[in-house]
Amino acid sequence: MSKYILKRLLMLIPTLIGAAIFVFFLLRLVPGDVCELRLAGTGLYADPAEIALCQKNLGLDQPLIVQFFDFLWGYVVFDLGDSMWTGFPVVHEIGLRFELSLQVAIMATAVAVIIAIPLGVISAVKQDTWIDYVVRTFSIAGIAMPSFWLGILIILGLLISTQHFFGEPWMPPIDYVPIWEDPMRNLSQLIWPAVATGYRYSAVATRMTRSALLEVLREDYVRTARAKGLIEKIIINRHALKNSLLPVVTIIAIEFAFLMGGLVVTEQVFNLNGLGKLFVESVGAQDFNMTQQLVMLVVVIFVFTNLFVDVLYAWLDPRIRYS
Amino acid sequence: MTHLTTKLALTALIGAGLVFGSIAEAAPKSGGVLNYVVGSKIPSYDGHVESTFGMIHPIRPFYSTLIRVNPSNPADPSDFVCDVCEGDVPKGEEGGTKFTFKIRKDVKFHDGTPMTAHDVKATMDKVVFPPKGVASNRKAFFRAVESITADNDYQITFKLKFPTGTFIPALALPFNFIYSKKDLDTHGYQWHKKNINGTGPFKFVQHQKGSFVEGVKNPDYHFKGQPYLDGIKAISAPKLAVRVQAIRGDRAAIEFRGFPPKHRDDLVKALGDKITVQESDWNCVLMMTPNHKVKPFDDVRVRRALTLAIDRWGGSKYLSRIAIVKTVGGVVYPNHEFAATPQELSKLAGYSKDIKGSRAEAKKLLKEAGVNLNFELHNRGVDQPYKVVGTWLIDQWKKGLGAKVKQRVQPSPPFYATLRKKKDFDVSIDFNCQSVINPIADITKFLSTAGNNYSQGGDAKADAIYAKLEKSADPKEQRALIRQYEKRVIDDAMVAAITLWWYKINPHRSYVKGWKIAPSHYLNQHLDNVWLDK
Amino acid sequence: MTPPSETAAAEIEVEADFEELAEKKPWYIRTIEMARQQPLAASGFVIIIIMLLMAIFADLLTFFPSEDNDLEYMLAEPGTIHSDLELTFLLGADQFGRDLLTRIVYGARTALFVGFTCAIIGSTLGLILGVASAYFGGWFDLVVQRVVDVVMAFPLIILALAVVATLGPGTQNVIIAITIPFIPQCARVVRSNALAIREIPYVDAARALGFSNARIIMRHMVPNVMAPYLIMLTSFLGQAILLEASLSYLGMGVQEPTPAWGLMLQGGAEEFAESAPWVAIWPGVAISLAVFAFNLFGDGVRDTLDPKLRSR
Repeated sequence: MSKYILKRLLMLIPTLIGAAIFVFFLLRLVPGDVCELRLAGTGLYADPAEIALCQKNLGLDQPLIVQFFDFLWGYVVFDLGDSMWTGFPVVHEIGLRFELSLQVAIMATAVAVIIAIPLGVISAVKQDTWIDYVVRTFSIAGIAMPSFWLGILIILGLLISTQHFFGEPWMPPIDYVPIWEDPMRNLSQLIWPAVATGYRYSAVATRMTRSALLEVLREDYVRTARAKGLIEKIIINRHALKNSLLPVVTIIAIEFAFLMGGLVVTEQVFNLNGLGKLFVESVGAQDFNMTQQLVMLVVVIFVFTNLFVDVLYAWLDPRIRYS
Repeated sequence: MTHLTTKLALTALIGAGLVFGSIAEAAPKSGGVLNYVVGSKIPSYDGHVESTFGMIHPIRPFYSTLIRVNPSNPADPSDFVCDVCEGDVPKGEEGGTKFTFKIRKDVKFHDGTPMTAHDVKATMDKVVFPPKGVASNRKAFFRAVESITADNDYQITFKLKFPTGTFIPALALPFNFIYSKKDLDTHGYQWHKKNINGTGPFKFVQHQKGSFVEGVKNPDYHFKGQPYLDGIKAISAPKLAVRVQAIRGDRAAIEFRGFPPKHRDDLVKALGDKITVQESDWNCVLMMTPNHKVKPFDDVRVRRALTLAIDRWGGSKYLSRIAIVKTVGGVVYPNHEFAATPQELSKLAGYSKDIKGSRAEAKKLLKEAGVNLNFELHNRGVDQPYKVVGTWLIDQWKKGLGAKVKQRVQPSPPFYATLRKKKDFDVSIDFNCQSVINPIADITKFLSTAGNNYSQGGDAKADAIYAKLEKSADPKEQRALIRQYEKRVIDDAMVAAITLWWYKINPHRSYVKGWKIAPSHYLNQHLDNVWLDK
Repeated sequence: MTPPSETAAAEIEVEADFEELAEKKPWYIRTIEMARQQPLAASGFVIIIIMLLMAIFADLLTFFPSEDNDLEYMLAEPGTIHSDLELTFLLGADQFGRDLLTRIVYGARTALFVGFTCAIIGSTLGLILGVASAYFGGWFDLVVQRVVDVVMAFPLIILALAVVATLGPGTQNVIIAITIPFIPQCARVVRSNALAIREIPYVDAARALGFSNARIIMRHMVPNVMAPYLIMLTSFLGQAILLEASLSYLGMGVQEPTPAWGLMLQGGAEEFAESAPWVAIWPGVAISLAVFAFNLFGDGVRDTLDPKLRSR
């Protein structure tokens, strides 16, 4: 087992280096840089000499290959550098947002699981009945609705309905307070994006639960259980559901990894100061250093989640280890 | 009818921002925290280096400047008052080449050190004569300055090489934060990028990156009794819809940049008299810049046809309902005495009320040039007002010239790279947006030597007129020269065209009092006279 | 309520029936039978057909110009009559006075064009890469798999955003940006299926007979991975449309004045959501319905082709 894990860990190295090369050069293919945007992008007078000075100070005048090795060297000496926009260390900037993104990801995953598991089970048990159709329609509608559209409708709905019922329009807070400082305020801000994305992500998990359960229900031991006359509820609870959970857990883990960095649009709509918003802002500002470190973070989260899932599988199913 | 309305609107606008509702002139109350939303992000805290309102809105209240735009009359482009100086803003001595300021004795930095003329000198030296390798983005505004001397602890003198009308407005730029000499000496010139020690009405408390900046009342502020607020909180909200909703849901009381008209209407409709709207012309203008090095735009006839086909008066009427543009104007900010009157405007290409006649002329020009227009309009990936105006222009050219135009939209960094370096565009949207209204400095964008003239062309005659203008000291002559210059750059030589001037709309919670709209989102942002009527 | 055991049995019967059906019954009967079996997929299919017709016959179906501004009718309410054209704005007009229905119908063109192009190119390139990777194995496989790892390590929207940022917005570039992340996804699934086929003796036999690699791949491998290929393709359709809308929303997608649903939402949804809700609602409905239909249909394809194949 440890040999398998080691092998998988070694295989991550080329992936990570590849990702680093990919993101580094991809970013620099875009013309323009953070200095031009900062100084000329406001329409105010901008002195070309000042722009050149700013580029020099940020090392943007160096040859690409030098910049690239600087970037890689940062990993060796554990110095990820500073944001080119604010000048503060990247670690500091990301740290602030990480907390929020993690909380939203956890909450959204919880929402997704709460919706998906019961619906998936019902849908599988009542396969091809109208209940199945309603559940599937409901869950597919979740993927079909663009998240920004849903977000706009939620906030507008809150404003209009609270004003209608309580006289004063209410909307979720727009600045973040950690949950241990003020849990009510924290939750009243984050519950909405969590529900909006949780519903969305539940669609995939519902479908997974349904098909995994269907498959297990057809397997021999379930048939045996049925033949023994065990009642349906027990069969589903004790035998089928447990065995079909693995793929569901997999899909949830992978979705979770995506949630950490992929909430680009939702964070905009709900004004969440998370990793997705930071990503959009740093791409928008050509803050190369920030963007590449952020992307690498998301990639690391993602590949390690995948590794975790694979190891879990290998642990449960020894055949995989030796193939 | 249209004509009359526009005329009336223009008349009403002159001199002062148009104010809906009422700004009660009751006695200010103290207390409360002002929450406001900011749509752009903070780069460094160093005002001398940065250019964005994303820095001005949250950081400006921590600092003072030597002089500033009059906070009780910010609409007047030439009303400047002392901030850390005493008495009136000096008129130049020795033929306008010497300006002596008396410095207040009661100004203190937030760390407790008293502020003296030496701090002002150190600050202005950093702005005007930065050492090699130290950034100062607006030092070109102070080209005329020869020397800055602190005569004693409370007096400072600026000597100029030649008299110029641009000096005092440049001194009032909101970016000229006064730093302490001690900080500059001990921490160097980069320290202010990440640290704040000012003399402003509020003291810096914390900056949660990407989320908000918090400030608390400075009890030692030099204007006694001010600020009225106990604190400020500038909350970052990059999406326009969020900013509007934040005011509606009272998560914030005000946004200082400006909202599109429909959002104003929504807020007023939802909240009635709980919302007060202030509106003003804006010292920002969208331009349409053809690339003189790309065929057929090397031909002045084609460039003139482009501007002739634009129905500015019609556009103003309709676009002002959906975008933050409104006023038809020439090269100078519309409410300034140097701006063209409607009469003078109507003689310029593309400003005639007879749009059919203009378009017929445009088609004739194209025919003469033997050109069928088929090109790309390069635009910035920002909705308000860039893409709205871009979409409108494309339709104007289709209707007026039968031109086939595609829009190429780019996010801001590549947009600027295209304008400044790659220069591979046909026609581009461009803009000129300034803070303190300083017409003679603001219209340099059309000069063939200007670094921000992206047309790759220019006009020798216009350059010559400008050279005369710069040295002129007589407002009458200045005005006449600007008219000649204007006729050259946006008509005869058509270096680049003015489309519509921006229009600033600030709907805010009615309990916010004391803040008056200025013609720029950079101005009147120290917030020391703002109070909450709660 | 039918006990599950019976359902399962019924399904086996149905599967048997299905083969017979294919032989004997005329196509329309088969279609009806299939629709009854998979009502959700069928309804999805119907919506797709309607949209396809809208896209193809957009010129015949609409009477308003799709791109010309008509500022007099800016934000006209649904039902407003255009006095010169003597036409009714059935769904109202947008902020430039353009008929919303016309733009939605033309928008179907953009959406379906982007959707089909991305899905077909993405999954086909994925198919080629996946099959080749499985067939040749060794170093080639290893390298391809590492590249696939790299690309798949990026969240879809982040990758698409980065690509559009590089190439600049516009329909063409949006298609490229959406297609790139699809390729490795499909390649991975196809490869795992193709690996199994490679082990089947007849591939070895074909090799022993001296057939060229290309021929073996085309004749023996590709037909056997059609099921996962088609499943991936159909699931990409909805994703592509949604991604295009999201990119447009972020201002990096298709550009004005081209009618496109995401763009219509971006320009209008927020600003006019209250004062002119029709501008915000209808394009959103169009996107949701399209993605919804493709997903329903895709689910049906999945169930029909391979009930055991998992979504990732």
